[in-house]
Order: sequence, then structure tokens, then C-alpha cells
Amino acid sequence: MIERLQRLGRLALLSLARLGKATLFLLRLLGALGALGKRPGLMIRQLYSVGVLSLPIIAMSGLFVGMVLGLQGYTNLVDFGATSTLGTVVALSLVRELGPVLAALLYAARAGSALTAEIGLMKTTEQLAAMQMMAVDPFARVFAPRFVAGFIAMPLLAGIFTAIGVLGGYFVAVQQLGVDSGTFWSRMQASVGLVDDIIKGVVVKSVMFGWVANWIAVFEGYDATPTSEGISLATTRTVVNTALAVLVLDFVLTAIFFGV
Amino acid sequence: MTATVDPSATAPPDARPLVTVRGLSFHRGERVIFQNVDLDIPRGKITAIMGPSGTGKTTLLRLIGGQLRPDAGRIEVDGACVHELGRRELYQLRKRMSMLFQSGALFTDLSVFDNVAFPLREHTRLPETFIRTLVLMKLEAVGLRGARDLMPSELSGGMARRAALARAIALDPTMIMYDEPFSGQDPITMGVLIKLIRTLNDALGLTSVIVSHDVKETASIADYIYLISEGSVVDHGTPQALERSSSAWVEQFLHALPDGPMSFHYPALPYAQDLSLSKEAALD
Repeated sequence: MIERLQRLGRLALLSLARLGKATLFLLRLLGALGALGKRPGLMIRQLYSVGVLSLPIIAMSGLFVGMVLGLQGYTNLVDFGATSTLGTVVALSLVRELGPVLAALLYAARAGSALTAEIGLMKTTEQLAAMQMMAVDPFARVFAPRFVAGFIAMPLLAGIFTAIGVLGGYFVAVQQLGVDSGTFWSRMQASVGLVDDIIKGVVVKSVMFGWVANWIAVFEGYDATPTSEGISLATTRTVVNTALAVLVLDFVLTAIFFGV
Repeated sequence: MTATVDPSATAPPDARPLVTVRGLSFHRGERVIFQNVDLDIPRGKITAIMGPSGTGKTTLLRLIGGQLRPDAGRIEVDGACVHELGRRELYQLRKRMSMLFQSGALFTDLSVFDNVAFPLREHTRLPETFIRTLVLMKLEAVGLRGARDLMPSELSGGMARRAALARAIALDPTMIMYDEPFSGQDPITMGVLIKLIRTLNDALGLTSVIVSHDVKETASIADYIYLISEGSVVDHGTPQALERSSSAWVEQFLHALPDGPMSFHYPALPYAQDLSLSKEAALD
């Protein structure tokens, strides 16, 4: 019993120590952001890598999630003769929850894991150490451009996911199942608010998720044990921890913005 | 045991060692890496730090470069105590020192040319045409001018180290630290690297520190050698003086003898006990 408690205590202490290390890392990262102004090219290159290259998976996923929403919504609403509200159901589901959350989860799997692996490999092959010995700060040259690029890319990807999702829902509901096009769009327009739904939903949530997802991805790479197994574990931790952090944060934000 | 070369505080600046290490102690967890080590790296010479694998030779370079902090003692480079410097001052100092990593540590997303140009672009505001000239000069010095457009993945191990060497001398440093420059190289590449290190040291007036366990190759170009083992300096002197050393350890190391003061066996329980044999059976 005592042993179990000791193990639990040790685990808690280690977790706290790691959180402290991650926070110090974030503070140093924020301190290095100023240097980005002089070298915007570094960030733009990363924006292409984490943002543009994530577009195919984000667009495809958004399309199919929207189509599923259209199909499921129709199947359930048709019994009550309420298919006219399908536009509202699809849009609110995507704008408030599915858009930012799924985009963040997909981002963690596609771009976050790649960021961790890339930085971890740079550490393993002594590229970061070489940079330091050349009097170049990896925080300014490597970590900050990746963090900021991901932070910018996340809301844009969430917005694209949501917009394509709505089009997917439209395609299934209107084109395939015969819901009236005018009703679909007008009910959506009437019920989706700019501030209450789009800003608080897609924008604020995805900005927060972007912050957390990129912080985790860059830190895990930096903190990876410099072995192949270490990189593998760090990459896994990035995906798992980001998923958990996004879902917990989503609940907190939903409770704040949309709670009773 | 420590090896002390008395620093002459009154000596003219150029006669003083470039690097002085005094009372250095460093631990990793429970393991003692260095215990009260003293050593000096003289200016303009090639100093070798040799010893068996795992004795902390690379760690010593990282301590000198300020990437690690000692638990006790003092490490001075050109009069500046490395581990007492702020980040800005440390980075200023690092512009005058360079390090060739064992793996080469070339940036894998940059071509050979861009790797060599990297420190110049980071630390100078030279026009691109001037940078091109400088990079080609450095690549010519290591014989890789024709390989400028290759990516690191297209280089052999020896070429990668030569490219890294060109990058290391890009900013015309005062000192270069070489971490195991000969390990895993074929005889021809080894010969090329030996010649390059000696030539660059003399032509550019560098101070070179080589960490290695390749005895013959390192001894052929070193002006002074420190032998370290189990956390302390076992012996030091010129290659010729060490060759005449009466120390059994030095003899074992320099002549690659499989057994001697440095045991072939890693410390372990008695063999019979480990195999769970009875005392009688073990005696039989």
C-alpha cells in the first residue's frame, strides 16, 4: 500500500517537474519570438510545412465529417418532419465543436508528430548542439518559427475544415436527400451567430488548441531522449497528450462559452 | 590524480594557455565523470585528449564549450570563465571557438554550400557574392568545392566530416575542438583528415583540441597529449615522452593491450557465484 502511494507520489512529482520544465521552455520560446521579425522567411517556410501540407487531410476529413453529419441529421430529423433545421444542425455542430476539435486532432497527428520527430532527430544527430556551438540560438532559429507557424496555421485549418464540412453536409442533404436549398442556407444563416458561434467556436477554440498543440509538439521534440526509441516515444506522447489536452480544454471552453 | 601545468599569471597573454581547467568535477547522476581534473590547452598547438570509450572525453569538450556546467572547478577560455558567462557573452565567445562533432552534425535540410554558409549568414551582413567566395575558399581547403551542391545524405562519412570542418572554419575561429574525428573512417580518409587538421592548424594559426581513442593517428599530429581514465588525468606529455612512460596503464592504452590495469572484465560478482555453483563445484 505504502509502496503504491510512493509510486503515485513519485509519478505526480515527475509530472509536475516536467510541467515546470515545459513552462520554462515556453517562456524561453516566447522570449525568442522577437528575433522572428528579422527573419520572417523561416516562419513562412514552416507555415508551408505544417499548414499547406496539412490541407489535403484537413479538407478530406472536413468533407466526410460534414457528409456524415448531413446523413445522420437527416435520418434522425426526418422522423419528426424537422429536416428544415438540418442546415442549423450541421453548421452549429461543425462551428462550435467538430471543426476546431477534429482539426486540432488531425493537426496533432499530421503536423505535430512531424514537428516532434524533426526536432528530436535534430537533437539526436547533434544538429541543435552544433547550432549552439556556432552561437546560434535554436530557440530563435528552430523552435520559435515552428511554434508560430503552427499557431497561425491551426485557426486557418479549423476554418477550412468547418467550411468544407458545411459544403459536405449541403451536398448530402440538398443534392442527395432533397432538402430544400433555400431552407438549408437560410436556417443556417439565421441560427449561426458571428460572435457567439464563429468567434467563440472556431476562432477562439482553434487559437487555444493551436497554442497547446504546438507547445506540446515543439517541447516533446526538444525534450526527446536522443535515441530512435526516444524519438518514437516523444512522437507518441505528442499525439496522445495533444489529444487529451484538446479534449479537456474543449470541455472547459464549451462550459465557459456555451454552458448554462 | 591530477595533472597540473602551472599557469604563469605574469606570462604575456600569448604565452598563456588558451584553455585552463582547474579542479574540474562533474557527475552524471551517481556516476563520477571527472574528479578534480586540471589541464591546460596551449595556444597554437594541437592538444589531444585520449582515453578509453566512455571516459568523458566528449563531455570535456562540451564543458569547455559551455554546453554543460561543471559541478565544481573552473574552466577558462581565453581568460573568460565559461560557466559564469551569460548567454550573450557565451555566444560571443563561441563565435571564436568551433567544434567538429563526431557525426559531422551537418544540417540535413541544407546543401553542403548552405551548411558552410550558415554561420556566415547568421553572424555577418556580408553580401551574398562575398559569402559565395568565402564558402568556396573554405570548401577548396577541404577538397569539396566540387561537392557544394550535394545534400548531406549524398556524402560519405569522410566527406561529411570534411564539409563539417569547412563549416567549422567558416568564421575563422581561434580554436577548434574535434570530437572523435577519425572514428569509423577508412585509412585514406583518415590520412586526409590527419593532414587537414595539421595543415589548418598551422596555416590558420589555430588552437586544436582533439578528443580521440585512435592512438596512432592522433599521436602522429598531436603536440601534447592528455590521457584520461576513470575521471582523472592518468598521464600527460608529448607523444615521445608518453611513449617512454613507465606507467603500466599508459603502456596498455598506447599499445592496445587487451588486459592490464584496465581490466578486460566489467566489475561483476565472482563467476562461480553468478552461475549459482556451490563452492565445492566451483573449486572442482
